[in-house]
Amino acid sequence: MSSIETAGHDNAHASFDTRPIWRTFWILLGITLFELTLATIHIKTDGRFPPKLMLNGVYLILTCAKAFYIIAEFMHLRHEIKNMIMTIAIPACLFIWFIVAFLWDGSSYNQLRNRYDRHYAEKVLAPKEAPAENPAKP
Amino acid sequence: MAQAVPAGQKWWSGGKSPFNVEYGKLMMWYFLMSDSFTFGAFLISYGSIRFATNGWPNPNEVFKAFPFFGEANMPLVFVSLMTFILIMSSVTMVLAVASGHSGDQKKVTFYMILTILGGFAFLGCQAWEWSHLHGEGAWWGRNPFHNADGTVATTNFTNFFFTITGFHGFHVFSGVIINIIMLIKNLRGDFARKGHYLMIEKAGLYWHFVDLVWVFVFTCFYLL
Repeated sequence: MSSIETAGHDNAHASFDTRPIWRTFWILLGITLFELTLATIHIKTDGRFPPKLMLNGVYLILTCAKAFYIIAEFMHLRHEIKNMIMTIAIPACLFIWFIVAFLWDGSSYNQLRNRYDRHYAEKVLAPKEAPAENPAKP
Repeated sequence: MAQAVPAGQKWWSGGKSPFNVEYGKLMMWYFLMSDSFTFGAFLISYGSIRFATNGWPNPNEVFKAFPFFGEANMPLVFVSLMTFILIMSSVTMVLAVASGHSGDQKKVTFYMILTILGGFAFLGCQAWEWSHLHGEGAWWGRNPFHNADGTVATTNFTNFFFTITGFHGFHVFSGVIINIIMLIKNLRGDFARKGHYLMIEKAGLYWHFVDLVWVFVFTCFYLL
């Protein structure tokens, strides 16, 4: 047992250098500031630029980048044995299904309800369409 | 880089450490993975409900306050400060781990104290934000904010916000407690006597995970 511990200790000892920590810190800070800059531009232009959908896509990519740097460098996972990385990374792939399935389900529910909910159709959708519909229905 | 494993050796027959990681540290990783699914379930149910709802409050309208600035319209500023505090305390935590590797007990103490202060600063910010929103009439089951398009919003927004930031805040709180215990053990010289600071590393993994979750909470509630 003690030999195992010292082995791990020596290994990490060799690769532990404080420069990557600060580099990671600056990357994380830079990404966050970039996100805030985009958000500020979006607010100042009253939501015209960048378009909300594009902005959200950029946020999600940058969030994943930040997550990668925290896991790989701060949590030191990048420097572990590959098989161990895989025991973490492969189960985490479940998130792909998890996110796709549930967001899909949510939006499907939304569309169905908007189509079949009489109250919503009459009170929310009808007033907008009213001028066009009135002449057609005597 | 990932280390290469020599082929032809029976790594899994017992008595060896195939991953070359101490048991407790490996189990901390697996605990964190399961915890990430707990947070994932929360955030994805939030996303699912948001996709299933026609209108949603604009976060830039809701989270625009900053302490001592009264009614000033400062969207995202306060939450950026909170993010910075948490990233910074993550850095001091890695520095504590790095000092542990070189066996520098005094430096470990120093960086652990900074990390704990960062944790308290974050919790203080969150307490202020919660009490500010509560003062505006927001709480579980009560939502004073209208949707971005002006229609009346459901209480889903506040329910999810308080539940998820609350659960995250609880993690930060327990992380601070764990860090304080590690600081006390370090001051007593427990790790110096053992000859390694692996416990600091395990506490560090937990602390970074809290930072990791915040990155997602930040995106989901304040940016999207």
